[in-house]
Amino acid sequence: MVDWIVFGAGALMTLLGAVGVLTVKNPVHAALMLVQTLFGVAVLFVAQGAHFLAAVQVIVYAGAIVVLFLFVIMLLGVDRDDNMSGEPLKGQRIAAAVVGAIALVELILISRVNFVLGKASTAGIANGAETNVETISKSLFTRYLFAFEITSVLLVIAVVGAVMLARKPKPAAEEGVA
Amino acid sequence: MNTAMVLSAVAKPGTGPYLAVSAVLFTLGAVGILLKRNVLVMFMCVELMLNAANLALVTFARSLDDIGGQFAVFFTLVVAAAEVVVGLGIIVSIFRRRKSGATADSASLLKG
Repeated sequence: MVDWIVFGAGALMTLLGAVGVLTVKNPVHAALMLVQTLFGVAVLFVAQGAHFLAAVQVIVYAGAIVVLFLFVIMLLGVDRDDNMSGEPLKGQRIAAAVVGAIALVELILISRVNFVLGKASTAGIANGAETNVETISKSLFTRYLFAFEITSVLLVIAVVGAVMLARKPKPAAEEGVA
Repeated sequence: MNTAMVLSAVAKPGTGPYLAVSAVLFTLGAVGILLKRNVLVMFMCVELMLNAANLALVTFARSLDDIGGQFAVFFTLVVAAAEVVVGLGIIVSIFRRRKSGATADSASLLKG
């Protein structure tokens, strides 16, 4: 019973936040609605025993990523209404709603059929006696060590790429740099 | 199946409800991408879809009793962080070249 209440609360938070992202006019409010959705997903993670991922979800997503979004919104000063008056493609909005409805029905139908399951991974069992953090750390620093190290390289590349993209081009030296 | 098993099955939401939430969340993100014209809000909708996929992965990790799904989510989180950093860098550079009313159509400016 308690599990159902937790699930209901998490699901409600998640979906209301997602609807909010789509409906509110101000991008700042949309970012705050996104925080609500991400927090709801973290609640659903906890309800399924993924405690480590729930913590990471709150720290990385709700913390770092949304702050980055808000920072860019404030930096660019685009906190004004989404201009929905002009419709570049005729009937595009109706088509989007139809495609969305079809996708929803399809996804729910797919989730209800029996899956063809391959072999279980060798990463470990999720619902064992060890805590979630223990299980993850043991696999992460042995079997997935290389992937873990490679992600740090990926993050460095992303930072360098972002700096390259966002810096102001020098007016005089533009030809020489290119 | 005796009554106790039925009760314990009802007392805990199974795979189905979580996957339904994931499906609705993914659809909302996809419709947002199609409907919105503000680049930043479209980018937020990408995050919604990523989270829907993460939720499905964690659900399957629980139902199959296999921690591998949670590792997929872990690495998805890292890639999502990198993606947001680079994506927002691109958006900032678009806005810098086009001061007023940059929409998704302004991305054609990147052709150079």
